[in-house]
Amino acid sequence: MRFAETGFNLEVDLSTGNIERVETDPRWTEQHLGGLGTSSRILWDRCPPEVEPYSEDNLLIFAAGLLVGTPAPGANRTVVTTISPQSLFTAYSMMGGFFAPELKHAGYDKVILRGRSPSLVYLWIHNDKVEIRDAAHLRGKGANEAADLIRAELHEPKAQVAAIGLAGENRVRFASIEHGRSSASRLGIGGVMGDKGLKAIAVRGTKDLNVARPAEFMELCNGALKYIGVREQKPVPGVMPILAGLGSPQEMKLIDEEWHTTNFMWGNSRTRRRDFWTKEIEEKWKGTQESVRKRLVSCYNCPMKCGATISVPGEATYMMKCFSKLTYTMAAYSDLDFGFRIAQRATEYGVDAFSAPQVMAFGLELLEHGILGPSDFEGMPADNEGRFFWLLDRIVRREGIGDALADGTYWAARKFGKAAEELAHNNIKKHEQLPLKLGMLNPVYFLMYCTGEKSNITQIEGQFPQAPFATMAEREDFVKDWVQVPDDRFKKYLLDWEFRGERANPTYPTVEMSCDIVDWQERMHHIDDALGMCAGLSSFPLKPPYHIHNYPAFISAATGIEVDEAGLTRIARRNRTLLRALNVRRGLTRDDERPPDDHWKKRFPDLEQKLLDAYYKFKGWNLRGIPTGKSLNELDLGFVAEDLRKRGFPIDDDTAPSPQPSGAAAEAKAAS
Amino acid sequence: MDATPKKKTRLVKTIRVDVDKCNGCRACEVICSSFHASPRYSSSNPERSRIRVIREPLRDIYVPVYAGEYTAAECSGRDKYTIDGKAYDECAFCRASCPSRSLFKEPDSGLPLKCDMCESDPPLDEPMCVQWCLNDALVYEEHEVEVTEEDEPQTELELGVESLVDKHGLQKLMDTIARMKKKG
Ligand code: SF4
Ligand code: SF4
Ligand code: SF4
Repeated sequence: MRFAETGFNLEVDLSTGNIERVETDPRWTEQHLGGLGTSSRILWDRCPPEVEPYSEDNLLIFAAGLLVGTPAPGANRTVVTTISPQSLFTAYSMMGGFFAPELKHAGYDKVILRGRSPSLVYLWIHNDKVEIRDAAHLRGKGANEAADLIRAELHEPKAQVAAIGLAGENRVRFASIEHGRSSASRLGIGGVMGDKGLKAIAVRGTKDLNVARPAEFMELCNGALKYIGVREQKPVPGVMPILAGLGSPQEMKLIDEEWHTTNFMWGNSRTRRRDFWTKEIEEKWKGTQESVRKRLVSCYNCPMKCGATISVPGEATYMMKCFSKLTYTMAAYSDLDFGFRIAQRATEYGVDAFSAPQVMAFGLELLEHGILGPSDFEGMPADNEGRFFWLLDRIVRREGIGDALADGTYWAARKFGKAAEELAHNNIKKHEQLPLKLGMLNPVYFLMYCTGEKSNITQIEGQFPQAPFATMAEREDFVKDWVQVPDDRFKKYLLDWEFRGERANPTYPTVEMSCDIVDWQERMHHIDDALGMCAGLSSFPLKPPYHIHNYPAFISAATGIEVDEAGLTRIARRNRTLLRALNVRRGLTRDDERPPDDHWKKRFPDLEQKLLDAYYKFKGWNLRGIPTGKSLNELDLGFVAEDLRKRGFPIDDDTAPSPQPSGAAAEAKAAS
Repeated sequence: MDATPKKKTRLVKTIRVDVDKCNGCRACEVICSSFHASPRYSSSNPERSRIRVIREPLRDIYVPVYAGEYTAAECSGRDKYTIDGKAYDECAFCRASCPSRSLFKEPDSGLPLKCDMCESDPPLDEPMCVQWCLNDALVYEEHEVEVTEEDEPQTELELGVESLVDKHGLQKLMDTIARMKKKG
């Protein structure tokens, strides 16, 4: 018997309509756990680097993590993996909600889609019965709207649906996959779903999911739940409210947005408005938020309430979470009411709420700078908010200027020349980043921005505070019950970290410490992404219920696979390295590993190169960021080594010289 | 023999449901199914839960409903409620395991499910669903009432047998049991 997992994947060829239920190899679970880990393995085996994102050969994998469907609180993530049409590297984007547990109960760990359907279809999975159904009547429908129509026509109100909107259908390179209160948004996976002619997946499952050692597992789950209850009563003092608790940032609950609105950038990640947050704004936004927010809602089997049901008068109800509350508002220099309004439409269209607002603001900059002319924007209303609605409509339909913008800032800028490329300033690996511009380089964040395989900071940061605490008393208080650290040396790093002087950014944490900290944070994210655990209860917030010391027990009791901290660390390293190898094979180079030039005002080119050198070495990679044959073998990834070697990658030469950094602009800026 | 039934007290256990506090997480369903698995906690499956959350997020409808009595026939009239401007589906608040719907039935056998307040030996401080609802949408309360002996609650087995009788007829059920006994 298989425990925690079902032991079956669903293979669907959308070109031929062939559907198969395939038993998986239990050894893969031992090696990679599940979720992102095993999905990376499938991509490695079946998606050679020649595969284009928008092609029949690209795979689109919906995976339920290993612990999903067990009673472990917060284990509900669907990890969607494919080749990104935006970065052209591996995309993995996760959504909470209710889809993955339903899939597990239907009897599958993953749905693996390949090919391309000749007409628009949706997939209906009802336990053992799986069918591809016509979706012609759903073309152009909003993602939520389509989900409702599907549930109604199937007479299955309890079916869980993941769907794309118009953006995905039209292969917008930052299209999302929507699922009620959650979405898998980043890196354009909704576009891949659209390219495959797949409007939605609906799933309903009523089967049991077993755990190996029930009593032991339940005791752990009860412990986690209890901890969550206690931790919620004890917000971390001395940090911004949204960083004090568990879960995704509690932006649906909290009104206080001083931190985001005065620290993050407005427009196309341009302007910091230090004085924005006033008493009047707070009052006004409070009124707006409280009038549209119907209820705080959670994901499957989680006591937190990170999402909310939003009902803006005159618009259909939708759900929202996190920072998407502010991205449209801030891109348009508008207010919260506008943000809630446009997000409704954007959710139905299915676009990434990080990228889309920046793309629109970038579009308007092209006009302001005369790179594009008024004729390109013919028909655009004169008012600020109206322009954003208009642009959004053009983008998801790929009409007029919207066609270029639908490719995102990087690809659109390439069409319009050098001046435009300079305006597309907030990308890493062609992917729009959080609108954040800071002063002093933070070495830990430098490494995370550069090397994170998802090119998304929130998918790697978390366990280590973002800034030092001002006083020693605060630091001591913080480390007192900091049980989550893998080793006590991390407490020391924090205790010694100052705002100014020798032990401050950028030289403290030191290069070695920075590697150590990044490694820890990244390890936790990789474990979560394999288990399907919400980062909001583990790798993302300070002092979470799940950590490196209790995870081995959870995994062992759930699956019956004996694993200890060292073993789990090794699995995480293996998964992380495999993902790196996938991207290396697709052409990732050291030169890609750069934050936006203007991310920090104070840059230190020498130090930055040292950081990268040290991090690569720490990871067992050569100076080009390529895993060495030796380290691949040590991680039982000999087959990866062999393939890379055959393709001519210098994996056996770990002395390959550090290539000249071509971040010339960064250097010039730092020098000036 | 004494013809009058003996008086004794019984502990009445209630769970107060506050739909406004429900966030729709379904933890109650997860833990109920897991608690009733055998061996205990060996599997989970919300479809087997004796509490179900009627959820329609976009209409802001969240109603945790406990499985109540099994009934052989659906009722002739139907309730339809509108509360706070929200129209609830027919039968939304009904606790019955009833032929008109699939709610509160074992997914494979179709046998009715009924909340047993997590009866166990030794007894729990609070039913599992209440323990796992950190949002206080479910609150456990108990008080004592005087009862007559005939009011003894039906056991799970009796309930299952009753539904089988309703479905197949008593004679057929007895024949089947007799046949199985012979085989065994
Ligand atoms: S912490 Fe928030 S985002 Fe994570 S599972 Fe719970 S409700 Fe969902
Ligand atoms: S556990 Fe509580 S909050 Fe969650 S669905 Fe059940 S009743 Fe609602
Ligand atoms: S009280 Fe126990 S049996 Fe009844 S619904 Fe809750 S968990 Fe299930």
